[in-house]
Amino acid sequence: MIDPLFLTEAAINGLLLGGVLALLALGLNLIFGVIDIVWIAYVDLVMICMYAVYFLVQVYGYPMWLGGIASVALGALLGVAVHVLIISPILSSAPVNQLLATGGLLFFLQSFATFLWTTDHRSVRLTLPRLEILDMPISVARLIAFALAVLAMLGLYLFLTRTYVGTAIRAVSQDREAMSLMGANPQRVYVVTSAVGGAMAGLAGALLIIQYAVHPFFGAAFGPITFMICVLGGLGNMVGAFVASFVMSEVIAISGVIWSTEMGYVIAFVVFIVMIFVRPGGILARRS
Amino acid sequence: MLELRAVTAGYGAFTALWDVTLQVRAGEAVAVVGPNGAGKTTLMRVISGLIAPRSGQLTFEGASIGGTPAYDIVGHGIAHVPEGRRIFPGLTVAENLKMGAFLPRARRRFAESLARVYALFPVLAERHKQRAGSLSGGEQQMLAVGRALMSGPKLILLDEPSMGLAPVMVLRLFDLIRRVREEGYTILVVEQNVRQVLKLVDRAYLLEVGRIRTEGRAAELAEQDFVRKAYVGL
Repeated sequence: MIDPLFLTEAAINGLLLGGVLALLALGLNLIFGVIDIVWIAYVDLVMICMYAVYFLVQVYGYPMWLGGIASVALGALLGVAVHVLIISPILSSAPVNQLLATGGLLFFLQSFATFLWTTDHRSVRLTLPRLEILDMPISVARLIAFALAVLAMLGLYLFLTRTYVGTAIRAVSQDREAMSLMGANPQRVYVVTSAVGGAMAGLAGALLIIQYAVHPFFGAAFGPITFMICVLGGLGNMVGAFVASFVMSEVIAISGVIWSTEMGYVIAFVVFIVMIFVRPGGILARRS
Repeated sequence: MLELRAVTAGYGAFTALWDVTLQVRAGEAVAVVGPNGAGKTTLMRVISGLIAPRSGQLTFEGASIGGTPAYDIVGHGIAHVPEGRRIFPGLTVAENLKMGAFLPRARRRFAESLARVYALFPVLAERHKQRAGSLSGGEQQMLAVGRALMSGPKLILLDEPSMGLAPVMVLRLFDLIRRVREEGYTILVVEQNVRQVLKLVDRAYLLEVGRIRTEGRAAELAEQDFVRKAYVGL
């Protein structure tokens, strides 16, 4: 029998991991929901942002908060670049071409990072106090990452529901042509959406680099789980993705302490496959 | 106010409108009637900029608007209530109306426009927090018209407003459109429901296989075998 304290600790870690995963899933889902394209290379943009923070903070000695802001700005810039340079020219072609193009970007970014920075694992070492609650060590880095991720998602929620531009983003995802009759240029809405999605990747990069080492294949570690969460929550369904993030992170964390970290991921994939059969439209989809 | 001169338009290799010449004067209500597939919806889409004309001139208040994209046409003062209503089903009623006032100029007069729309369609005020997709067909049509009014238009294009509505609702809707008219808006309406629409408008055009066949004062046209023609396209 496993010590309940271990399980509680795993559950807390799962919750903290879920926050950052949710940030990734919401960013990817926002872009999919509005532009109808899955950015296969989304987590690889996160990887580039992680390198940016690493160099700024660890190599050049800038403070972490500055690295974080730079990462968000870089993410937004990369998001706009991906849309304008890659997606926009092929927007009206067959969906498979868009998948191939962003898939190509994935390999480009991985090779680019390997070429420039080798396959070394690099991490930002911050001196953070250790926190202990009821004999359970809690990582302060994870706690900060979780808090900032939740704040960012709250900000995204307010942006999408309270502002004209945010509401227009949701409107375009429902009826692009009708929104152009309201006076909004859909192309411009797409650019804003890509910038917001990119900024979320940038923030996720800053929050991940204080917990994990970055390497050129970081996207391969977090990419599949992010897609899984999006599909599990129902593609384009923001609330579903949010809930699915925590389901998946808890499955990984708890089965990780019961068996092993590797088994944690195996079980997560099994849960995913079973769920796809049981609820193909996502966990929050209404049964038809 | 609105003038089309020899406008030809279509989709790809298909031509849906041939040499259409038509005008709407300020304060008028004008109908375009005709059988299914006559090109009525294409006509509306050319005027609102959803498709570019292949040839011909479109002018609105003296400015050439041919080929201007839809998102810039709204700013000229033309609001299009598209076929099938096309409200945003996942947004609330209030959010739909907010999107109608998306342009900065319309945003500045938001409160005033909203009060006006709610006065015209009280049911929208009652349901302002409800998801638009959960409204009845008639209410959705009111929302679509209300959303168009939020942009502060001079001309309103109505594409088949009675489509898919129960007969009782159709009569109510035409009453409401009459009230919108009395508020001083100029209206160009496309309708299958010829008998009803001729009671509403001043003038009408008969469109058949992409060409204007007849035009005239609504009262006179109602006397002719115009109605039968409009239905079956003989």
